[in-house]
Formats: sequence, C-alpha cells, structure tokens
Amino acid sequence: MEQQMIPGLFSGYALDGFYDEMFKADGEVRPEYAFFLSQVAKVQGEDLMARQYAAERALMSMGITFNVYSENEGVERIMPIDIIPRIINGRQWSRLEEGLIQRVTALNLFIDDLYHEQKILKDGIVPRHVIESSKNFLPQCKGLKPPGGIWCHITGSDLIRDETGQFMVLEDNLRCPSGVSYMLENREILKKAFPEILEKMDVQHISDYPTRLLDMLQCLSGKASPTVVVLTPGTYNSAYFEHSYLAQQMGVQLVESSDLIVVDGQVKMRTTSGFETVDVIYRRIDDTFIDPLAFNPQSLIGIPGIFDAYRKGKVALANAPGTGVADDKVVYAYVPRIIKYYLGEEAIIPNVQTYICEEDESRKYVLEHIGELVVKEANEAGGYGMLIGPRASREECQEFRRRVEANPRNYIAQPTISLSRVPTNIDGRAEGRHVDLRPYILYGQKVEVIPGGLTRVAMRKGSLVVNSSQGGGSKDTWVLY
Amino acid sequence: MLSRVANSIYWMNRYMERAENYARFIAVNFNLILDMPPSEKEQWEPLLAVNADQKLFQQLFDSPTRDAVLQFMSFDQRNPNSILCCLQQARENARSVRESITKEMWEHLNGFYLHVRELQSSKSWEMSEWQGFFNEIKMGSQLFYGIIDSTLARVESWHFSQLGRFIERADKTSRFIDIKYFILLPKVAAIGSNLDLLQWSAVLKSASAYNMYRQAFRVLAPENIVHFLVLDRHFPRSIYYCLSQAEQSLLAISGDKKSTGKAARVLGKLRSELEFTDASEIVTAGLHEYMDNFQRRNNEVGEAIYEAYFALKPVEHNNGEKPDQ
Repeated sequence: MEQQMIPGLFSGYALDGFYDEMFKADGEVRPEYAFFLSQVAKVQGEDLMARQYAAERALMSMGITFNVYSENEGVERIMPIDIIPRIINGRQWSRLEEGLIQRVTALNLFIDDLYHEQKILKDGIVPRHVIESSKNFLPQCKGLKPPGGIWCHITGSDLIRDETGQFMVLEDNLRCPSGVSYMLENREILKKAFPEILEKMDVQHISDYPTRLLDMLQCLSGKASPTVVVLTPGTYNSAYFEHSYLAQQMGVQLVESSDLIVVDGQVKMRTTSGFETVDVIYRRIDDTFIDPLAFNPQSLIGIPGIFDAYRKGKVALANAPGTGVADDKVVYAYVPRIIKYYLGEEAIIPNVQTYICEEDESRKYVLEHIGELVVKEANEAGGYGMLIGPRASREECQEFRRRVEANPRNYIAQPTISLSRVPTNIDGRAEGRHVDLRPYILYGQKVEVIPGGLTRVAMRKGSLVVNSSQGGGSKDTWVLY
Repeated sequence: MLSRVANSIYWMNRYMERAENYARFIAVNFNLILDMPPSEKEQWEPLLAVNADQKLFQQLFDSPTRDAVLQFMSFDQRNPNSILCCLQQARENARSVRESITKEMWEHLNGFYLHVRELQSSKSWEMSEWQGFFNEIKMGSQLFYGIIDSTLARVESWHFSQLGRFIERADKTSRFIDIKYFILLPKVAAIGSNLDLLQWSAVLKSASAYNMYRQAFRVLAPENIVHFLVLDRHFPRSIYYCLSQAEQSLLAISGDKKSTGKAARVLGKLRSELEFTDASEIVTAGLHEYMDNFQRRNNEVGEAIYEAYFALKPVEHNNGEKPDQ
C-alpha cells in the first residue's frame, strides 16, 4: 500500500506487506509517530539530507568508529546512523521492561545454579550434556560466589518484532554486549538533527547510563570508594571506541591487560607513581582470555593470576566469568522453561520458535526444510556462522546440512522471521528497512532496563542482517512516557 | 596515572610539535626564496640535513628538488617524520587514551588528521598552496595547544603534555639554528653580509621569533640571534625556556622525589648550564657542534624520562609469600 497522501520524504512509501512500525496496514500513521511525522513532513528532502550528512560527519570527526576485522586497509568505519528515529510507546515499553527484568532475573538464577547445585540439571529441565558440552560453561567457575550472587551485571538481549508486531527475544548477550555507546551518541546526534521535535515530545532520557553503570560497578566492591577500571583488548578491537567512551564517561581508567599485574594476590595497575590497587574491573575481554593461568595458556592478552584473585574476592569482575553459558544459542531454546522453573511464571516476551538440531525430530525437520529456516551456530556472534535459508544458494544449504549432521549440538534453527520495518532515509526518500532492538539491562542492587536501546537497521534493501560488521546501521530509539 | 597513558600523552604532544616544526622548517625556505637575490639558487638539501633525513631521502629520490623534498617532508608514508606520519602518530596516541584527554582535544586532533590526509590527494600543489598548507599545519598545532591550555586540568596529564611538547621543541629550535649552518653562503667572507642576515631573518621568522627579537635587540646580529633562540629567558621557543618549562613539569610529576630522579638531574644540569652560558661561547664553540651536543644530551633527558615513567617494570612473582630477608 502506498502513502500517497504524504508529500516529500514519504511519497511513494510502500509497506510491501511487512509490519511497519510507523504505519498501520491501512496506511494510517501509528499514534506514537504522529507528531514526529507531522513535523518531519515539513522538512524538505535536501534539508533532511543535509542533517543526515551532518550526523555522519559528526560521527567521523568524533571518531565514533568501529574496526572491521576482515578488512585490511581503512580499518575504521563509522556505523551509519539513520536520522529517522524508531519510536516505542510507553505501554509497549513497560511490558518489555517487565519481560526483560523477568528474563535477566531467571538467567542469573540459572547461571548461579549451574555453578553450584545444578538443580535444574538434576530435575531434567535442561539436559546435562547441553551444559557440559557448551564451550562457554567454565568448570573453573564452579563454587564461585560473585558479590551479591550476581553474575550477569550487564545484559543486552536482542529483540525483534514479527509480522504481527509481536516483540520476541532473538538471542541473549550476557558476555560483553556492545553497542551502548552508539545508543548514547545517536541520541546526542538526534538532539542536533531534530531539536525542535525532541523538545516537544516526551522521550525518556538515557543520558544517565554511564552514571548508573558506575553505580552498579562500585557496589560490587565492599570499599567506600573503590577503584573501577574498564579493561579493553586494545585499540585494534572492533569495539575499542566503546570501551574508551565508557571509561571516559564514567571518569575511570581504561586499561589494557599489560597495564595490570597481580602482585601478592592483589590486582594492581602500573602507574607513573608505582602500583595502584584495582577493585572492580568492567572487562570487555572474553572469559577465556582473562587469565592464561586459569584458561587459555596461548592467550597473550590476559593477566596471569587474576582469576585466582577474583576467586579469593580480591577483585570484582563484571560480567562474572562463566556467564557466557547462558547465551549459548542452544541454551536459549530452554529459556522459557528456565523462567518457569525458577520463577514459576510464563515468559512475558516469547522466544522465537527454535529447533534444537540435536533432537532427532527437530534435526529431521531442519534438514528437510533448511531452505525456509535460519540456521545458527551455538556460539557465534556478529551475524557470522549463520545461514538464511530463503536467501542462500543450493550449495550453501547443502554445506549447512553437512555441518548440522556432523555436529548437531552446535546448531539451532529458527523460522525466517520477516522482521518489522521502520522508515529509513535513503537518499532523501523514506524506504522501509528491517530493524531489531538491543536494550541494555543492568543488574546491581536491582535489575534496571535502560529506556531505549540500540536499534540496528539492515541498510541494504531487503536484507535481514543488521550487524554492523555486515552493512548494518543504527537508529536512535525513542521510548515515550 | 597509568604509565602507558602517560607515555601516549607525552608522544602525542611530541609528534604534534614535530609536525608543526617541520612546517616551520620549510617556511624558512619559502621565506628565503621570496627574498633572495636572483643569483642565488634554492637549497633544499639543508632541510634534510638538519633532521638527519638525508640517507632515507637518497634511498627514495634522485635529487633534492623542491617538489621531492616537499612531498617527502609532508606526505610521504615512507618517512616516519613526515607531517602526515607525525599527525597519524599523534592521533593514534590520542586514540589510545581518549578517556584520559578532553573531548575537544581528541576531536580537534582527529579532524585535523583526517583533513590533512584528504588534502594530500586533492591539490595540484602550486607554491601558494604549499604555503597555505604549512600555515594550516602551524595553526592546527597551535589550536591544539590552545585547546589543551583551556580544557585540560593541571594534573599529571597536563604535565606530561608539557614535557613532551617542550622537549621536542627544544630539539627542533636547535635544528633551526642548524639550518643556518647548513644553508651555504657563497663564500666564507659573506658572514655578516646582507645575504647572511637575510638567512638569519628567515630563520627568525619561521620560528615566529622575528617580532620578539626585534623588540629585544632591534638590530639583526648573528650573536644576538643565537642568544635569543638559545638563551632567552622569556621567548617561548628558546631552548632555555623550553628546558625550564619541561623541568617545572617534571618536578610537578615527580613530587617529593624531585632531587633523586635521574630524569630531573639530567634535565636540571642541562638547563643550568645554559643558564650560565653566553652566546659568544656558543659561537666560539662552533654553532653546529654546540647544537649537535645539545641534541645528544636532550635525547638523554628523553631516555631518562622513559626509564622513570613509561618503561614496564617486571615484577617478581613470589606466590604471595614474602621472600626471606
């Protein structure tokens, strides 16, 4: 259906049968977008492009870039920002908030259980071998008691909306979810692009995220004013900008592992005036690279002895080592049952239907219907290691069939969801593009959901892949009161 | 502050100062070309000689023509001291310590680097464009210092900034004087001639010292010029001034350990020697020899600073037990 009534930016805008977050199927604008649309319709296409360019220039000059692993030259790229925001109404948001709090609470109980009594395995809710064969389940963490019993301090679960607009959880990220710096900077950029609109709309603010993050990190230590640091793998990491940004916003040191050393059981950093004790580490390094003594003798980026210091309570780590077991994509399939088991509640936000390839019937179905499904490796991220059946060639499907049969534990499959779309500025004209949403959840004294998140956009026409490493962009996310 | 961060802040400033001084070196020649009598030839080799870049240059180019030297000193990626490489290094250092410097510092440095990188391919490079370019480099660097001056708190990071900037500047000012040594006069007797003074005033102008010199001495005389660039107490590019600024920052960094540190000792000694030196002694010792010696000792200061603050010191692991006494 075409939006012929609206001039300029939206002339010829087509829904193409997808769930559009701005327009209902009959072309009527949804209430949460009504004011924005009435204002932006007044802006000429050229002017909109000027604002778009200004936003991109700002990203480049602020150095808000990410590094792409596979490209040799020009390693830094900006993640394109689309200046048309994604708007979520207050009622929808409260429901999401409840659902995310429920989910993170349950996942935390689950992780704690796995590293202690393993009741959930004993009760047969989650098969034992699924956990024991997960490469993110770390036996070294058994018996650990992180401060307050909290393992996943920072979570970013990816949400999508299907063709009916229903929000669903696509995956959970409990290791080092990234992207929160883009959430914050996108808002700053939109404040410049649409000050007159933002001023008149009641959008929940997100700018206190660094403060909340710091508060949460500080409460992990028993000290009155603990020394908090952010640990980065270094400037070549794809998320380096974010590590640096968060350290700067919190006013804490950004350290690399060579800056840290364990002296007499205490973690210290090397400063110009000698060693200084570190109390809390927000680590942006994967579990097994933290400490070559405890995990990976080949790791060059770890700090020998830090895991031991952690076990003895001399230093706090966020997230706790071992949390990654909960974002295994096979474990994901069990999350609704996990919620039911620990909280006695139905999951508020449903999962996407998931076929566990290890189960005979499911595997049979997956192998027969691979051309209709999305197949994912259990532990990959960033849009790598996956097959989108309807878009894949016969050879690619065949290759994935072979892989699934060879190692069923490592694969899950889901129906191809036609993700919802939001109008996106393509050369001065709005076109629908598919989006997802990564909200950020902090677990300190209590579980808090930041009212916003990173909306990722598949900028290529028709594409469903929103990952920044594969041509994705982002949008500011406005959560209304 | 973290040793690694201190190191990066120090080098960020050194590289920025280096880029600025390269632009200034080239300006010496531009000033000369425009003032020189028609009988004199342009000399580009001295610019390479003062920076000890001759060897690398000869590997890459046949002869030191204007275009070759300008490209080599400005954009050549094979020359680690080219302006573009210096800015790239300054920016890489800044990028690794963004959280410890101000947003304004980073944004300026990043934008400046990206701008210069774009310029490289966008011009036909007539002389006026080169002049505009070197002026832009100078202004970009000065703006950076202005931003530091008005945004960075006077804590350790500021002192490491100052230290890097003034150690580098002292070195480069000594090389300005060296340029005069390397630019040939037609015959020895020409010392004190109009041409000699023309060259000296080109040096003064490139060091932004011309006006301040005139106020201090009025008449152009080589010995006074040496005094002004090396020993003057108040001119912000004189070697003495640079060393005393560096020394103040070093003392602020080392706090109560001031008298014991090797860096402070080496630097203090060098500064106090200059304090009690006379320009005529420098001229008698031989300008080039004096500058050469100074550069060597200034490098020693740099090394001592590295040892004291940046080098990663190994720690003996004793598994938490105290070793026997």
